[in-house]
Amino acid sequence: MVAALGARSVKQTARRPQLAAPLFIFPTLLLAIQTGGAGRAVDLPQFPPVQSFLAFMLAGAMVQAVLLAGNSGAIALALDIEMGFTDRLFAAPISRFAVVLGRLAGTAMLGVIVAVWFIAIGLIFGANIEEGVLGAIWIVFMTSATAVAFGSLVAAIALRTGSASIVQGLFPILFVVLFLSSAFFPVNLMLEPSSSLAEYNPLSFIVEAMRQPIISGFDGPDELKGLLSVIGIAAVGLTLSGVAVRGRARRG
Amino acid sequence: MGASADLATIRALIQRARNELLRVPGAAIPGVMAPSIFFLGLTSVFGNLTLLPGFTSESYQSFLVPVTLMQGAAFTGAATGVNLARDIEQGWFDRLLASPAPRPVILAGLVASAGLRALIPATFLLILAFAIGTHWPGFDGLAVALVIVMGMGIVAATWGTSLALKFKTQSAAPLMQAGMFVLVLFTTAYAPMDLLQDWLQAIATINPVTQVVEAARQGFVGEVTWAETWPGLLALLGLGVLFTALALRGMRRMTY
Repeated sequence: MVAALGARSVKQTARRPQLAAPLFIFPTLLLAIQTGGAGRAVDLPQFPPVQSFLAFMLAGAMVQAVLLAGNSGAIALALDIEMGFTDRLFAAPISRFAVVLGRLAGTAMLGVIVAVWFIAIGLIFGANIEEGVLGAIWIVFMTSATAVAFGSLVAAIALRTGSASIVQGLFPILFVVLFLSSAFFPVNLMLEPSSSLAEYNPLSFIVEAMRQPIISGFDGPDELKGLLSVIGIAAVGLTLSGVAVRGRARRG
Repeated sequence: MGASADLATIRALIQRARNELLRVPGAAIPGVMAPSIFFLGLTSVFGNLTLLPGFTSESYQSFLVPVTLMQGAAFTGAATGVNLARDIEQGWFDRLLASPAPRPVILAGLVASAGLRALIPATFLLILAFAIGTHWPGFDGLAVALVIVMGMGIVAATWGTSLALKFKTQSAAPLMQAGMFVLVLFTTAYAPMDLLQDWLQAIATINPVTQVVEAARQGFVGEVTWAETWPGLLALLGLGVLFTALALRGMRRMTY
């Protein structure tokens, strides 16, 4: 059931340009613009040693894309609620939480596609992954897990509100969270107060865990902090989703 | 129909757009919020780019603010296309086409409101920008920037309209926004021309919106001169003519 709902979710995204475009077009365009426009930042003395600004930016682009993937998945879930499809699934003899897991399975799959897309772009345009194939596999895993973690948080809001427009309204907040992390620039070069906030933003830990294998190689503490952040966010998101599912079922 | 009837039609369509804004004020929020978040976010993230040798401004927010003004105008203009796509889906636009109003007059009514509406995000963004220390561009710099904002709103509206007439669905909205996003950001948006990567420098050199951004930027980073202003106005005129021609062709195709 989870696999079937997951496959439906991926197909739905592929068929609707308004859901697919934010995942690939916007992050890719932003990656190109920021790399071309701010690429000389690597000449700043405080910039960490990297092969290129593109290599530095890849992890940020992937995280941005999966945040949007989670949001797109939650919008689709809210649309299903608005159109009554979710109610029909809730009436079926299956676990109600499987409905949420199915949607998140689709989001996880989109996370894998996003990671492969950006790794391919990086390799085509000359950004090597210093950690090699193992590093690439780790990045794909982390991207997919991040998609599920953030997807579960937004899914909880979709289940609670049942409104696609409210979930769509979260789009700008995702960008605020992104800008207040190390997704686009080293924390030590950001301006205050963003720099201090970025230092403790869990998204920064996730980005760094994905960035290290690209720019220098695995870094134990960084990878661990990233993984723990993903697990923490997923735990909160899944718990809230579970509560929201039960609340929706109670309300009928 | 005479000129007065044409003007009355344009006025009625502007009024309709204004009514939409008054009745659904939330519709203006994305056009205000997205560029504001980008402005604050990019300033805090890339603010230290001004330390690069050759950067033409000491204040990154002053360098960036015209870009966000263009983004706000572009989002607002593209919204005209989305609204038109909705009108086409609901059949309202067919009734408008069946009226005796000439096609260019209908188009003028649709896009003129976008020029005025573009001032909403611009006003908000300028208040925000001055609050965080953006240089005062002088009254001449401000006037040039606002004229360009209105022009950009109209250009974006003709672009959105031409796509709405081609695809006839609101699903084309990402294309309307992405097109403007590309035009505005593949310029000297993030850094001066000499500091861009070679490939982006090549694109920015031939992208007419670079001239538009530079014309709007001049007051914020230095003196306003006619030599920097006219290329921007000419670029807006050229883009406006091109997209208007596409939109009018779309209208003709819808009719016959």
